[in-house]
Amino acid sequence: MDLAHRPNILRYNHDRYVRLGLWLVLLAVAGYVLFEPAATEPYGGTPVGYVLGILSLLIVLLLFWYGIYKRCPTSDRDRRFEERRTPEAQGKADRRNKSPAQSWRYGQTLQGWLALHINLGAALIVLATLHTGFEFGWNVHTLGYGLMLVVIASGFYGLYAYLNYPRRITDNLQEDTLEGLLLKIDELDEMARVKALYLADEVNELVLNARQETVIGGSLMQQLNWKQAPCPTRIAVRQLQKLGKKYIADDQPKYMRDLYSLMLRKQRLVERARNVVKCKSRMDAWLYLHVPLSAAMLAALSVHVLSVLFYW
Amino acid sequence: MEIESFKVAIIGAGPGGLSAAMRAAELGVSHVLLEGSSHLANTIHHFQKGKLVMAEPSQLPLRSALSFGAGSREHILQQWRDEVAAGAVNVRVDANVTGIAGGRGNFRISLASGDTVAAECVVLAIGVQGNILKLGVPGEDLPGVQYQLDDPDEISNETIVVVGAGDTGIENALALADKNRVIVMNRQDEFSVCKEANFDLLMAAVTEGRIETRVSTLTERVEAQETGNYPLLYVAQTPQGQEKFECHRVIARLGAMPPRKLVESFGVSFHNDDLSAVPRLSEQYESNIPGLYVVGSLAGYPLIKQALNQGYEVVEHILGREVEPADEALLRDKFARVRKPGSVKEGLAMVKENAALFESLNSLQLRELVQNSQVWDLAAGEIVFKRNDYSNSFFSILSGRVRIETENKDGDLTHFTLSAGNFFGEMGLLSGRRRSGTASADGDCILLETPRRYMLSLLNSARGVQRKLDEVALKRIVLTYLDAGLSASELEHLVQEAKLKRYSVDEVLFSEGDEADGLYMIRRGSVTVSRLVAGKEVVLAYVSAGNYVGEMALVSNNLRSATVKAASPTEVVLLEANRVRSVLERNSSIRGKVDSRYLERVHSEEMNPHHEHSSMVKFLLEQGVGEATDFLLIDYSRCIRCNNCETACANVHNGTSRLNREAGATFEYIHLPASCRHCEHPHCMKDCPPDAIHRSVNGEVFINDSCIGCGNCQRNCPYDVIQMASVSNHPRCTWWQMLLGKPGHPAPKESGNEQKIAVKCDMCKEIIAGPACVRLCPTGAAFRVSPEVFLGYVNQS
Repeated sequence: MDLAHRPNILRYNHDRYVRLGLWLVLLAVAGYVLFEPAATEPYGGTPVGYVLGILSLLIVLLLFWYGIYKRCPTSDRDRRFEERRTPEAQGKADRRNKSPAQSWRYGQTLQGWLALHINLGAALIVLATLHTGFEFGWNVHTLGYGLMLVVIASGFYGLYAYLNYPRRITDNLQEDTLEGLLLKIDELDEMARVKALYLADEVNELVLNARQETVIGGSLMQQLNWKQAPCPTRIAVRQLQKLGKKYIADDQPKYMRDLYSLMLRKQRLVERARNVVKCKSRMDAWLYLHVPLSAAMLAALSVHVLSVLFYW
Repeated sequence: MEIESFKVAIIGAGPGGLSAAMRAAELGVSHVLLEGSSHLANTIHHFQKGKLVMAEPSQLPLRSALSFGAGSREHILQQWRDEVAAGAVNVRVDANVTGIAGGRGNFRISLASGDTVAAECVVLAIGVQGNILKLGVPGEDLPGVQYQLDDPDEISNETIVVVGAGDTGIENALALADKNRVIVMNRQDEFSVCKEANFDLLMAAVTEGRIETRVSTLTERVEAQETGNYPLLYVAQTPQGQEKFECHRVIARLGAMPPRKLVESFGVSFHNDDLSAVPRLSEQYESNIPGLYVVGSLAGYPLIKQALNQGYEVVEHILGREVEPADEALLRDKFARVRKPGSVKEGLAMVKENAALFESLNSLQLRELVQNSQVWDLAAGEIVFKRNDYSNSFFSILSGRVRIETENKDGDLTHFTLSAGNFFGEMGLLSGRRRSGTASADGDCILLETPRRYMLSLLNSARGVQRKLDEVALKRIVLTYLDAGLSASELEHLVQEAKLKRYSVDEVLFSEGDEADGLYMIRRGSVTVSRLVAGKEVVLAYVSAGNYVGEMALVSNNLRSATVKAASPTEVVLLEANRVRSVLERNSSIRGKVDSRYLERVHSEEMNPHHEHSSMVKFLLEQGVGEATDFLLIDYSRCIRCNNCETACANVHNGTSRLNREAGATFEYIHLPASCRHCEHPHCMKDCPPDAIHRSVNGEVFINDSCIGCGNCQRNCPYDVIQMASVSNHPRCTWWQMLLGKPGHPAPKESGNEQKIAVKCDMCKEIIAGPACVRLCPTGAAFRVSPEVFLGYVNQS
């Protein structure tokens, strides 16, 4: 078990699904090239078109199954059959626990399904495109195709997010949780408020402003972009640096120094917290596109299939 | 003055006395029940108000004219009062016995009031609580100095000094702390005599500032104060000098002792001079004075149910009637499945004769042993347990022979046969790890299987059993760990001067640069081997029970090349260095084994200089992984924080997730979520009243349906992975909820007074596909490992 080199989602089970996807693409391209050499005009209704269409439809259904499997609760069928009191019952239990259908079922992991989902989804770009025979128009058929491409594109974004953001979240959180970071920021704010009491009003105002106006999170768009411009905490840090020259009487320099370091620490924490929020929201947000559009695609696809069957 | 005369005089109206009197009344035997205080069951009367009285041991049937079951103090007292009134028992309260004279047929019992009662037989059931220990300092009897606490709720806004850090003292302090200022005085330097659950509650209260404590503190005196708001002044001798506490009340809970002087004045003799010794009694509870019987906690049986049964039995004995012990039917059942001994008597004789380990037990203890055990009659070839099973019970061979097959690391199979009079299974019991070998019946045999929990309590209470077990286990360990082919004489030579040593976490077995003092065979726990590199401690290896350390310096005749520290509570057998060396010289096969082990270590240390992994090992060990058997890790470089692990867990387990992903420590990209690690010696099992926590053959530690929701396991778990959850079934979510992505299973609504039971990870032992947390992680970030595998990996990669 090598942690650093454990296979990522795509390469699950010795690239099993990568290979499956590549084979499908290869077969589709080969079929298209062999049976449809230089078609006179774009048309999807050829025999190869139908084969690819049926194959694509099956793959789409399989991709949907991932969404269902993920949310599917473990049912009583998955529980060990525990009747062991008599030899017959034991035999029955063994048979039941070891039937091929059951063992296939028990071999599944969500990770496996996700690998299948991603690789077949990617292969679908080629398969579905060949299936269209490059015949596009302003109709429900092309709508379904377009929706599918958008869904797959959002999926690619999701894959990118899944592969990159977890590490970044951990880098920013370190040993903390988001709540922990927010608590620490709050503590720093309180300490800064107390320190500022010894100083002039303009300093107090800066600190108060940094406390009240600094936003972490916020609206969806803010979360995704994370930058608050201008960030009151950043302003406070910059201003404090300037004001340092102004307050030089008695204990003031010491308080200014302390306050400056408090605000600097806060700024760093705020940045970390925002990074975390950004990564988290980016990992979640694409699903708001991916899932509803898949539903829309399914609707368009149904119409497409029905209409093709109807006008056949 | 006319002297009243009875067939039986029963002294003490506690459980034992009441039960005896009820039986006598039921049979129409003339009797009198003499009680010193003004009410029945004085000890229970003085329990804290509302206290739940347990009916232990649960498997022991109750045989008494008095009914009894677990319930509140009030309920039990009321029930007994009613039954005694209905049963026409001749009770005399406020009848303090000052002396007993005479013998069978003509006892004369004198009372403090000056009266005398005559009886043919006397049953002494006075318990030990009548002899409560007092402070023993000036002022011990002042008003406001009390030795009992009836209802803590009646006391509020007072300053109270609680003296004594036993369970009752701490329970009182905890109950009072809500409404009062409480200071607990402990004579010892730590709180070690109380139950762990109480200790944890006390520590929590101290941290929250609800209770103050003083340790190593002795009471000097208590004074009454005329002026001021505080009627009492408590003066204590602390390590820092004298300290005075103004207070309203002093509650001293210092325990009780058998009222030995009084009992001896009746002529009864004791086993020895020990303060807690019990009187010398026959199997019919008769003392050295014919006609004078002793039952209950004074006789050494502190449980209510035992006392009730003895009260019944003693009356039968007095009437000269044969009475089967209450547990006879239970024992008959135990032996029913066995072909050879027909009767309980024969069966017990067989146990006594063949279970050499238990020879120091008396006949009553032996009965209890069999009550708690299982008797097996196996045909030739039947398997007792398999290698790598996680069972941990202990077996004694009563007849026939058992074949044990072990396999060492190199895959060499060896086997040996044990005959009647021997025992096996002690390694699994002691190490808490998988079975090191397979045991099967070699011909027909009869076995006594004793469960882990009973065995451990026996080892703690019966020194003789512990000593005997250690003696034999020592040789077994040498044979299993080193070389099974060692001759008997060499073995004998080797184990002479062998020492059993115990280490707590982080304690050092030996340090780098030490002289080699011997070979350390780890029989329980685990250790880390580390070395100082550039001033930093670098962990080289993690070694668990079933292996040995310390051979390198022995083989090479050098100083210790590394430091070995306990990673969890550890027990080792230390073989003396010179003996090991001489045995190694004479035996080439064992020498070869140790040598190859040595080379293996050198190889792994020289080939893997990636010391950065050492900090990961250190981190995990600091988190207590050293005592785990199987734990959940999350690779935070792949975890997309979807919490599907928690959802999946809740889904499988009635709506309550048994893991908390976010809680728990993180190091680099490895996160150890708050989830059960299935410890080798589970802390949760320690104090479970209904014995509801078990380990399955595959290693999962789980809580079964008999949980009563007492919360002990939750408090005992150092890793905070046990929760109390309400029993009610949560609604299954609909398809719509699932598809629309609503948070799958809403946590069951808490109404506050629902019954709750303890829940924890059971590694989805009922789910064929395995743990849901791992199976339903979309990115494969969650995985389960055992410390040997994982720490081994971290070392070698």
